[in-house]
Amino acid sequence: MSVVKLSTMGPGQSGVIAALHAEDELYHRLAEMGFRVGNRIEILRLGRFSGPLHLRIGTTDLMLRRSDAQKIDIAAA
Amino acid sequence: MKRIALLGMPNTGKSTFFNRMTGASSRTGNWPGVTVDLLGAKVLLGSSMVEIVDLPGIYDLHGFSEDEQVVRHFLENNSVDLVLIVLNTSQIERQLSLALQAKQLGLPALMLLNMADEAKKLGITVDPDKMSKMLEMPVVMLSAKYGTGYREVHELVGSRVASSQPVRLETIQEMLAEEGKIESAMDKVLKSTVQIPARLPDNLTTKLDRVMLHPWLGLPLFFLVMYLTFQAIFLFGKPLQDGVTWMLDAFRSAALEPLFSHFPVLLKGLLLDGIYNGLGTVATFVPIIILFFLFMAIIEDTGYLSRAAFLMDALMYRLGLDGRSFVMLLMGFGCNVPALMGTRVMRSRSLRFLTMLVIPFSLCSARLQVFIFITAAIFSRSAAPLVLFSLYLFSFATSLLTAVLFKRQFANTEPFILEVPPYRFPTLRQMLMRGWLEVRHFLIRASKFIVAGVVLVWLLTHLPTNVPPGSPQTLAGMIGSACSPLLDPIGIDQQLALALIFGFVAKEIVIGSLAVIYGTQGNDLMAMMASHLDWVQAYSFMLFTLVYTPCLSTVATLKSESKSNSFMWLSLGWSLLLAWVLSFVFYQGARALGY
Ligand SMILES: Nc1nc2c(ncn2[C@@H]2O[C@H](COP(=O)(O)OP(=O)(O)OP(=O)(O)O)[C@@H](O)[C@H]2O)c(=O)[nH]1
Repeated sequence: MSVVKLSTMGPGQSGVIAALHAEDELYHRLAEMGFRVGNRIEILRLGRFSGPLHLRIGTTDLMLRRSDAQKIDIAAA
Repeated sequence: MKRIALLGMPNTGKSTFFNRMTGASSRTGNWPGVTVDLLGAKVLLGSSMVEIVDLPGIYDLHGFSEDEQVVRHFLENNSVDLVLIVLNTSQIERQLSLALQAKQLGLPALMLLNMADEAKKLGITVDPDKMSKMLEMPVVMLSAKYGTGYREVHELVGSRVASSQPVRLETIQEMLAEEGKIESAMDKVLKSTVQIPARLPDNLTTKLDRVMLHPWLGLPLFFLVMYLTFQAIFLFGKPLQDGVTWMLDAFRSAALEPLFSHFPVLLKGLLLDGIYNGLGTVATFVPIIILFFLFMAIIEDTGYLSRAAFLMDALMYRLGLDGRSFVMLLMGFGCNVPALMGTRVMRSRSLRFLTMLVIPFSLCSARLQVFIFITAAIFSRSAAPLVLFSLYLFSFATSLLTAVLFKRQFANTEPFILEVPPYRFPTLRQMLMRGWLEVRHFLIRASKFIVAGVVLVWLLTHLPTNVPPGSPQTLAGMIGSACSPLLDPIGIDQQLALALIFGFVAKEIVIGSLAVIYGTQGNDLMAMMASHLDWVQAYSFMLFTLVYTPCLSTVATLKSESKSNSFMWLSLGWSLLLAWVLSFVFYQGARALGY
């Protein structure tokens, strides 16, 4: 099992959140949306022109910018 | 009086439930953050009156965003007898935390598992009785949109509130210190009461998103959707508008003219040429406006706005904004005021201010009326839609330009995280409610500003009484000539200057006052304008109207939302300057090219 940054993953890939390296505000926002270590995350698609990632975490679909996704480590399945 | 508060995360259906419970028509939409203010209504529940308050959606009771503070402030300063916690059942694994927070605070609570219909389709099952025992509060399944389970909820709320004691919290943040504890409690409840399939079934939303968010097709489709929406509005709206114009004309000549024929000339003029013509011309746009908002409501309710945010975030990011700013610009097409209020979901002050600075350039429905009117009068049938379209382009371009110019002053690093709700379709009831809401809004505006505006314009163009109406010797003429050093270079004549001045209050007055200024209405008015203005002047006037300033309500909202006078002045000053420069370049350029 390897750990990669969420921002480097591609559409259709999934994994488990291994670590959140986010500072206060981002951490808080992520927590609200259900980002917790151990939760499963799936990449649905990537926005064009380095647009945001479209993700599914649990039963919630959401978008997140790549620069923010860089701060999230995923243990790829 | 007893008080009930609705608490829940954004977009869980609080307002939908509130409307059902109170018969009110507060605005709903499939977008997190539609309700940004406290909304209250009184209803008869059982045998006593109860006040119900719809709170803005929040993720967390100890967060720092403005809406979270609003909710906290409310709970700390008002006693509540019952809190209804509204959850989206499909997202219960995440949203249950809010219920646990409420429980930890000791609020008398009742949990509504809303959107039960959607949860069922996703194969999510909940055991409400067991959950109720574990949480020590009543838990009921509900579908606020379709009404399933509503009767039980209504009864339960009634009996609960009758027996409960009011609670008022002092210091919410300190009381919620231990986050870890809530997480473990949540896991425990979820494990024994909720079942979620490991993989969600491929539903309509996933299929539609494959097309709507397609890497190459997504953006073209977005523009196509916008284009078709506007086409549809005019396709259905134009015949209705013509019908209203015809009726107003007929009513005037068949009933009003004879009725007022013995009135003094001046009074008759004020009533018929002033108020009736002015208000009537504005009223002909009501069908188009209703259609416009109906379509907006459908788009808003489908959840497509979040997709627009996804598609446009890459561009917006480069302008110092984000996908939500773009959605606010789109909402601004309806009315700038709610769009400005919608920026409350942004936490960074800079991002919020930059977004508020660009929203006033969004071509709102009131300005649209002016442009439809003028393009119909001055341009040919085939050119008119293109001219309108070009004004939308200018609206976008001025927004983008403003963002680029000011992004350094309002630099921000706000993270961009946004929920993507499933596609939903509004029920007929929801659509009618929204339509009615807009009609009411229009009638209120009409009775407040527009009547006063057209009366004033009429007086200015007819006083003093010893000079010919509308001549340079009237008050209006004097105002016009005072403005001419500024307005001559952009091709706006003295008569239009008056319309512009009143347009500052509300754009509908522009059309109303044109009717008054030219002393006629309907097709005559259009013909009259066509003989007074050439297309370069007309376009310059429209450009200026688009940019110079939205309306008094928008300016007031800018001030109250930013709580900053200097920001309001910055916005006003910049718009006026940009408007003048734009019109100047256009007008002088076109003239230099020989048009
Ligand atoms: N399928 C389904 N949709 C619902 C239900 N209740 C509400 N909705 C839809 O969910 C969306 C959000 O509803 P709102 O009432 O605006 O939600 P809110 O909680 O007030 O949202 P905010 O104003 O953002 O806090 C709308 O599109 C509603 O039509 C329900 O029981 N079932």
